[in-house]
Amino acid sequence: MSELFYDAAPNATRVAPERAKPRTYPARPEEVTLFGTCVVDLFFPEAGLDAIRLLEREGIRVHFPQEQACCGQPAWTSGYVNEAREVARAQLNLLDNGLPVVVPSGSCAGMFRQHYREVFADEPDTLKRVDDLAERTYELTEFLLHVCKVDWQDLGQPTRIALHTSCSARREMNTHLHARELLGKLANVTRLDHDHESECCGFGGTFSVRMPEVSGAMVLDKTRSLRESGAVEMVTADGGCLLNINGSLEKQHQAFRGRHLASFLWERVSGEAMS
Amino acid sequence: MSQRIPVTELTDSFRGRAVGALADNQLRTNFRVAMDSLMKKRADAFPDEEEREGLRELGNHIKARALSRLPDLLEQLEAKLTANGVHVHWAETTEDANRIVHSIIEAQKGTQVVKGKSMVSEEMEMNDFLAERNIECLESDMGEYIVQLDGEKPSHIIMPAIHKNRFQVAKLFHDKLGVDETEDVNELIQIGRRTLRQKFLEADVGVSGVNFAIAETGTLLLVENEGNGRMSTTAPPVHIAVTGIEKVVENLRDVVPLLSLLTRSALGQPITTYVNMISGPRKADELDGPEEVHLVLLDNGRSGAFADAQLRQTLNCIRCGACMNHCPVYTRVGGHTYGEVYPGPIGKIITPHMVGLHKVPDHPSASSLCGACGEVCPVKIPIPEMLQRLRQENVKSPAEHPKVKDGGAKYSRKERALWRFWVTLNTSPGFYRLFLWAATRFRKLAPKNVGPWTENHTAPVPARRSLHDLAKAHLNQGDR
Repeated sequence: MSELFYDAAPNATRVAPERAKPRTYPARPEEVTLFGTCVVDLFFPEAGLDAIRLLEREGIRVHFPQEQACCGQPAWTSGYVNEAREVARAQLNLLDNGLPVVVPSGSCAGMFRQHYREVFADEPDTLKRVDDLAERTYELTEFLLHVCKVDWQDLGQPTRIALHTSCSARREMNTHLHARELLGKLANVTRLDHDHESECCGFGGTFSVRMPEVSGAMVLDKTRSLRESGAVEMVTADGGCLLNINGSLEKQHQAFRGRHLASFLWERVSGEAMS
Repeated sequence: MSQRIPVTELTDSFRGRAVGALADNQLRTNFRVAMDSLMKKRADAFPDEEEREGLRELGNHIKARALSRLPDLLEQLEAKLTANGVHVHWAETTEDANRIVHSIIEAQKGTQVVKGKSMVSEEMEMNDFLAERNIECLESDMGEYIVQLDGEKPSHIIMPAIHKNRFQVAKLFHDKLGVDETEDVNELIQIGRRTLRQKFLEADVGVSGVNFAIAETGTLLLVENEGNGRMSTTAPPVHIAVTGIEKVVENLRDVVPLLSLLTRSALGQPITTYVNMISGPRKADELDGPEEVHLVLLDNGRSGAFADAQLRQTLNCIRCGACMNHCPVYTRVGGHTYGEVYPGPIGKIITPHMVGLHKVPDHPSASSLCGACGEVCPVKIPIPEMLQRLRQENVKSPAEHPKVKDGGAKYSRKERALWRFWVTLNTSPGFYRLFLWAATRFRKLAPKNVGPWTENHTAPVPARRSLHDLAKAHLNQGDR
């Protein structure tokens, strides 16, 4: 981008350029595609199903293309661009039908919204399709709040929870306040803050196995502050963080657990206690 | 992926040093407490989000604009400084820079140097170079003085001794200076001050860094809080400033927002106690100031980063340290774990250009890519994006011509093969579904030990049925 300023007259940039505008949302669509994400697919499938139920409850027909796989993030964050691009291309082709794409994970949604642009930086024609996908990709909480404009009645018993927000949701998707707002609609749910809430849980994909000691120290601190928050459980809208936090809690023989926000929300609004 | 390596084989690596740091509870407490306080100070210094974001955007544009004209601005700076009576020297390597500094001191027959805080001089390892040539180089910044006294390197670019608490400093002063052990911070500062005061008067040469080098006027701007910078640059007869080539900006007006970003991001200060603007040696009718002023402009790999449009953004850095203050990795392992002069997120993206990836192969991967650094960077360096790019350069094969110095440090055929398999799995829907079926069907057979993961976690067990399976049953339809 610096080339842009090469010919700029000296002293040209005196005033801050206009900031990016907040995202605008369309009216509720009739149909959407759910991109389940590979972690939810294999380890938290109920959360994916609950996401479908939450969307159906709003009168939306949900499609789940059986050809979907991983978004490409693990290879991308490991530096394997060509490998990430091949997998990303498969998903891009699959989702190339104009339907809104709802993703129950901030980091995978962030791949579609932000990183596919970098993955396909050398392919101008593909970039048009990438932009189109980015434009209609929504993280689940964002979609429920701003597109569905959900109006819920809390059918659950009073409870206290801690909310863990993934770094991708917080810093890439800017959806960190959405889950809070959704939870705020539930009359019997008290959300408790925890210490160093905005700090990473230490997952970082392959970071957790490349730097296990540092990652381990981070998740130990995160689980401690979650447990000490006074909450009875943790909820999060990201499968990676959930895998990390629950795996660590189990290793520590702690009874405290986290679960996917979609499952928690479905339980509250449907009155069904899910397994 | 990475195998569990015995820690004993890791001592000379990021991971090995991290293990040591993580086991040091005192160190971890010192960093956590200090970083928490710095994060709060920064937040308090930017109460208005709108103003903060506008200012960051402006800072980014100013630096981008300056870098886009870097060669021109450096020439302009040289011409202006020369007209002002400042001697300008160019150094491609740290070795060159040290030789230049040494020859200036030698010309003065100097034996004592007093130094204001300068990370570039740390980069040059100037103290060691001069000590080998029987020139004493004393650090006059309190934090630098403490680490020098203890034979250490800085652990933070703004607060070099942040890894020590006051009790540790008290003991150090007692041991090294023979003073009574006192935990009173003011008294500790006075002890350092008394020692340094005499040195300022005795020194033959003063060395300092530069925060902004202003091309239009030929001005070297230096911020500091202790007054030692002003003493180092005015009391001795000769002043040598050392700086990286990326510090040049167009004019003084550009400095106003950058300075505000720097001091607020670093320590939450509206402005530093001292702002020095050095525009030349003492003039005939002036009562004080040095008789000679030199500026050494150091490249040391910066032009390598400059040559790449994406990596060039690394050179936006104004060295505020906010990225390390907000980094969950830095907070836990401290600055020395990075093993190089610049620690933390900025260290991870700038050091490879200076020393090559072979020397710091773990730097790009020692991050969860949480993005806290990029979020607070006052000049909006997309640090996670830079790390990502360095990871790409790090795993390239020689045939793929890595574009960063000593790239391909982590190239591994075995790992590449694993990723090729992962591609096949994720681009062959039938194969992927077969994998899901097998993983859920034989979930009890999932390995209980999955390498480094099971150091910190139980092994993940696949669900009974995959989402593919559940969704198909629920939606009662095949594709879409």
